[in-house]
Amino acid sequence: MKPIIKVDKLGKRYRLAARQASYGSLRDTLAGMARAPLRALQRNGESAQPFIWALRDASFEVTPGEAVGIIGRNGAGKSTLLKLLSRITQPTTGRIELYGRIVSLLEVGTGFHPELTGRENISLNGAILGMSRREIARKFDEIVAFAEVEKFVDTPVKHFSSGMYLRLAFAVAAHLEPEILLVDEVLAVGDSRFQRKCLDKMQDVGRQGRTVLFVSHNMPAITRLCPRTILLDEGRIISDGPSSEVVSAYLSTGLGTTVAREWPDTNQSPGNDIVRLRAVRVRSEDGQLSDALDIRKPVSVEMEYDVLKSGHLLVPNFHFYNEDGVYAFVAHEADERWRGRERPAGRYISSAAIPGNLLAEGTLFVGAAMSTMNPVIVHFYERDAVAFQVIDSMDGDSARGEYGGPMPGVVRPLLQWHTRLVSEVNQSETAHVGEGTR
Amino acid sequence: MPSESFTSRDGMSLPYPSPYQIPDEPLVTIQPGKSWVPVNLRELWTYRELLFFLIWRDIKVRYKQTLIGAAWALLQPLLLMLIFTFFFSRLAGVKSAGAPYPIFAYAGLLPWTFFANAVTNSGNSLIGNTNLITKVYFPRVLIPVAAVAASLVDFGIASILLVVLMIYYRTGLHAEVVMLPVLVALVTLLASGVGIWLAALNVKYRDVRYALPFLIQIWLFASPVIYAVPDRWRWLLALNPMTAIIEGFRSALFGLPFDWLMLGVSASITLFILAYAAFAFARMERSFADVI
Repeated sequence: MKPIIKVDKLGKRYRLAARQASYGSLRDTLAGMARAPLRALQRNGESAQPFIWALRDASFEVTPGEAVGIIGRNGAGKSTLLKLLSRITQPTTGRIELYGRIVSLLEVGTGFHPELTGRENISLNGAILGMSRREIARKFDEIVAFAEVEKFVDTPVKHFSSGMYLRLAFAVAAHLEPEILLVDEVLAVGDSRFQRKCLDKMQDVGRQGRTVLFVSHNMPAITRLCPRTILLDEGRIISDGPSSEVVSAYLSTGLGTTVAREWPDTNQSPGNDIVRLRAVRVRSEDGQLSDALDIRKPVSVEMEYDVLKSGHLLVPNFHFYNEDGVYAFVAHEADERWRGRERPAGRYISSAAIPGNLLAEGTLFVGAAMSTMNPVIVHFYERDAVAFQVIDSMDGDSARGEYGGPMPGVVRPLLQWHTRLVSEVNQSETAHVGEGTR
Repeated sequence: MPSESFTSRDGMSLPYPSPYQIPDEPLVTIQPGKSWVPVNLRELWTYRELLFFLIWRDIKVRYKQTLIGAAWALLQPLLLMLIFTFFFSRLAGVKSAGAPYPIFAYAGLLPWTFFANAVTNSGNSLIGNTNLITKVYFPRVLIPVAAVAASLVDFGIASILLVVLMIYYRTGLHAEVVMLPVLVALVTLLASGVGIWLAALNVKYRDVRYALPFLIQIWLFASPVIYAVPDRWRWLLALNPMTAIIEGFRSALFGLPFDWLMLGVSASITLFILAYAAFAFARMERSFADVI
């Protein structure tokens, strides 16, 4: 069968300086921040490398009706691939041939304006996503019903709750009828019931014989929606095949979830001439390296580093993201013994213990950084250095109790609950009283 | 190669066969550099509905967020006319050729206000629509063009006052008025050219945003809005395409002879600016999403 998408040796190179000056999405900004200190060094040093390849030598074909998942760590090139396919940005090398009308959904609610009503935004957003006026009019009622905002259709969306806003935005997108649909991680919206509805809708799109490319960190969604998956790492396609195989390879080879990462070559490791990172590890309560951790038990995250020059105030810090890319929290070193104290040269291990019953279930990505405060200097920041899974064994003694369904939130602390009986109503007694008065 | 391992699956029955017939030639070919021609008119035509929606959004949002809404379109040139009349006509004694100063000033302010607003709005339009540029594809040029077109609506509203003034001052209608649509088209093209170019430049250099009000201010003084064109400086002012347009507006309204040579120069400069802007825009457009 002839392909509907033909990608040949596609590459995209970014000039680092250009990215630094960018006003892009939060994700881009953070990625830029991660590279900023390295870049400053490289510019001073000899190994100046002003470009990075966000995607390199990517070749693949997609046949009509296929649903293809695209997975990889943050910064692996997934979003760049979608941006190239949707013509938002231009490739540096290679070629893409598209044999069908393409619609990309890199964000829900693109072009939504808070001052406009739900009705007006449906029309505008539909037009931006490539629907004709007739098409929008025909599907209007269906969109409103899908979003469950019938009563508020003529209210400016600035008065919408964030849930309603996202539902409406997704509803418009879900009713597009392109031959090729590109979706980037937009399903992480709304409550779980609506998420399920979106997944079902996506599956329908596949059943109608449309071609879908779906980028996500949500592995169950990938395996459910897409028979085939492409795995990207550092801008290259490293695996392409049946989803179940690619996803399990991704999870097991540790590309996605490495619990320990080491940099044996000091010259290649993140850092500068003051301090260099050697390793980042995740350990369970008993000190073993572990990537599946009990939600009730403490987890410790450690970094090993070499201080090459004495006399600097260094603060190791960890950055935690959940699988949706939500910044869960940051932890700066809080060891009294080192507060305000310059570190002599040597090898160090700093570890941070995260108490049990704090994190929510799911995958946590840990970024390891070394900073000097006042003024802030970032010596290194290794984004997604390690990752681990938090698992609830559903024994009933975690914060979820006996509830078995999905629970939202980035943290799930077990709180001190206290319930007391304020006054008892004894049913048999009231029954007696009733009898007595008769 | 990973892709080869997958092409071996060709011929396997796919879960959901597509009803879609694959054309022989790709609908879109994306490759570095060459593939994007400077101005793809056919593509622009397919996006005409989006252009309409962008214009509609600009107008709707502008008037929804303001207290007196569309009255601003009237108030802006009206107040300027009153101020100019007081300072320049009464105090400074500026000559107005062949018409009472208030209507003379208003006839100049009408195209000028449109031009200034259109250039300002379209110059800032791309950086005001960053989320669209980084998240969805369509010909980017629609954004500054929509901003110019939305300003044209304000121009229409402000024209009502001109009609009122013309009735009040009994200027009557002259045969020259047939040139008015041509002049409106010319000023629209000029505003589009300048606006498109500044919009693209603004993406790369945010300085444009700050330089723009200043540029408009200077341009106002270099155009015969407040004053009539003095003969001595006519040759120099003719290099400003707005001179012929504003003077043309007055000629059309008050039945004065047109300076055809100056109009020709203005039209030529306008077309040159427009062509240059379209070319420069297409060249810069490729990197918008990367640098905005």
